[in-house]
Amino acid sequence: MKRYILLSSILIFAVLLISAGTAMGLSDAYKGSIYDPGKLKPTDSVLKVKAGEPAPDFTLPSIQGKQISLRQFRGEKNVVLSFIPAAWTPVCSDQWPGYNLAKPFFEQHDAVLLGISVDNIPTLFAWTLQMGDLWFDVLSDFWPHGAVSDKFGILRSDGVAERALFIIDKQGIITFTHVSDINVRPDLKLIVTELEKLR
Amino acid sequence: MKCLINSVFFAICLFAFPNLIYGKTIEPQIGHPLPDITLKIPDNDVHRTYLGLKGSDSFQIPQIRSRVVIIEIFSMYCPHCQRHAPSVNQLYQRIQKSGDFRDKIKIIGIGAGNSPFEVDFFRKSYAIPFPLFPDTDLSIHDKIGQVLTPYFIAVRIEPDGTNRIVYTQLGGFNNPDNFLDTIVKRSGLK
Repeated sequence: MKRYILLSSILIFAVLLISAGTAMGLSDAYKGSIYDPGKLKPTDSVLKVKAGEPAPDFTLPSIQGKQISLRQFRGEKNVVLSFIPAAWTPVCSDQWPGYNLAKPFFEQHDAVLLGISVDNIPTLFAWTLQMGDLWFDVLSDFWPHGAVSDKFGILRSDGVAERALFIIDKQGIITFTHVSDINVRPDLKLIVTELEKLR
Repeated sequence: MKCLINSVFFAICLFAFPNLIYGKTIEPQIGHPLPDITLKIPDNDVHRTYLGLKGSDSFQIPQIRSRVVIIEIFSMYCPHCQRHAPSVNQLYQRIQKSGDFRDKIKIIGIGAGNSPFEVDFFRKSYAIPFPLFPDTDLSIHDKIGQVLTPYFIAVRIEPDGTNRIVYTQLGGFNNPDNFLDTIVKRSGLK
């Protein structure tokens, strides 16, 4: 019986690997490199911020070696925060390349984009290299682990962040919050519609 | 012993039919017909004329007035689809300028997991001249084995409306002339 369970477990794992990386029309840029965690609980946290409130400030290291603070954009730029759960996973791997193409929308609305993940810098560096040249900063919320994600109330019980978007105006006030089903990429139209409201 | 035999049988099933177990269909197979893919007839007059379609409802790919249809499965979010978009446009231009193939080869794109807004944004970003269709709920993507993107499928359509897949390719191409040559040979147009 033990042998049966062991063999079955190994084979199920093998099949999961074979079938990994196909969700959401994933790019062949990553073929063979994507780990598919399967379907996850859609959300697993409770937001600690809401629209109309000042955004909690933070400072995080970027993969380019800079320290980026939210307050440095005060009075200068609207800010879109894109939290993704994990590098090298199917839905996340195509989300930021889409935002890379959408740069004109952000520019039109005087907005910067900050991509944030709880992965460490080396992992984020290697992963984003597959995406081509990203025009926006990618920040690591690795240590203290997920502290910024937790400030916003989007740190899941397994230590990754939700797939979440926050828009913060030039006065530092949150104008939009959106926590997606972690298994689904939010429509680009959502960001564009909310940015247009900032005019 | 019986337990061991059961284990081996289970193992064979898992390896041989993972797609069945996961509810997925297999990737398009050369020589087989396309699965049933229903798309909305474009609102755009130019695209409707290009595909030889009339009306405003839905159509199936073999109804396109052409001997061969090249289907690009893409995603606005896919960096390789972005990188290769100019090459696919060049392929379209080569075909349109060719006296031999202008009326015999058509191209369409299907945006896997892309909303109408995202497909339209991709079209505008790269000035894509051929018709693009959203597959927001991935129902088409599921029917073709959840392929990675970009993925190309060339289908030959017979006068009686039957069809068969003559070529598939995962990944983009840098040389539109070579790609066109391959499609022409595989489809028997020359």
